[in-house]
Amino acid sequence: MKELDITANREKLSDVLSFVDAELEQLGCSMRIQTAIDVAVEEIFVNISSYAYDSEGGVATIRMEVTDNPISIIISFIDGGTPYDPLAKPDPDRKIPVRERKKGGLGIYMVKKSMDNISYEYKDGKNILTIKKLIH
Amino acid sequence: MGALNINSSKAGAEMTITLQGRLDTNTSPQLQEIVENSLDGIEKLILDFTELAYISSAGLRVLLTALQIMEEQGSMVVRNVKQEVMDVFEITGFIDDLVIE
Repeated sequence: MKELDITANREKLSDVLSFVDAELEQLGCSMRIQTAIDVAVEEIFVNISSYAYDSEGGVATIRMEVTDNPISIIISFIDGGTPYDPLAKPDPDRKIPVRERKKGGLGIYMVKKSMDNISYEYKDGKNILTIKKLIH
Repeated sequence: MGALNINSSKAGAEMTITLQGRLDTNTSPQLQEIVENSLDGIEKLILDFTELAYISSAGLRVLLTALQIMEEQGSMVVRNVKQEVMDVFEITGFIDDLVIE
């Protein structure tokens, strides 16, 4: 298990992606799957950076775990900010053309569609959002 | 990581924007600026994605702004989309709304 504590600020996005990508490269992850995971990580980290804390800011913890047979990566995002379940948001209506949709809600929808599993819990004063993706 | 290079060229009412790198939360504002300020009088917008390796929802929002502007004044096409970027278009439904060549 690997863990990164980092200031919840979107300027730290590339540090977060480097942390995750280093692990994915070691696992021999395909570019396609790595991109899907990066997109998910970006959405979740930027969400935390934007909404979890007030102007004083705070820390996000990113915890990464690899399971064998088949090889999967499990990434948890933990913050001590305002309780917020992003999964409670309704999905965008795919029957409506994208140009007529509202611009919000797209990011978390992508995470839901592209990951193999996603879960949220609020525990001991912390938001914990966990994604899982099969690598190969 | 994290960089985006934007090249734009204009021929009459046609504009081509070539993107190289990553269109993410931190780089999307660069493209947003061009989309908001440089499309006056443009009737055809071509977005060349040959070297675009990555797009997140922040990038999609800019594409949506461009699409909305270009539907008013002409047309927009996206060219040479890499598989990784196409996956994102697919899961979000953008694939149905964009003209992809």
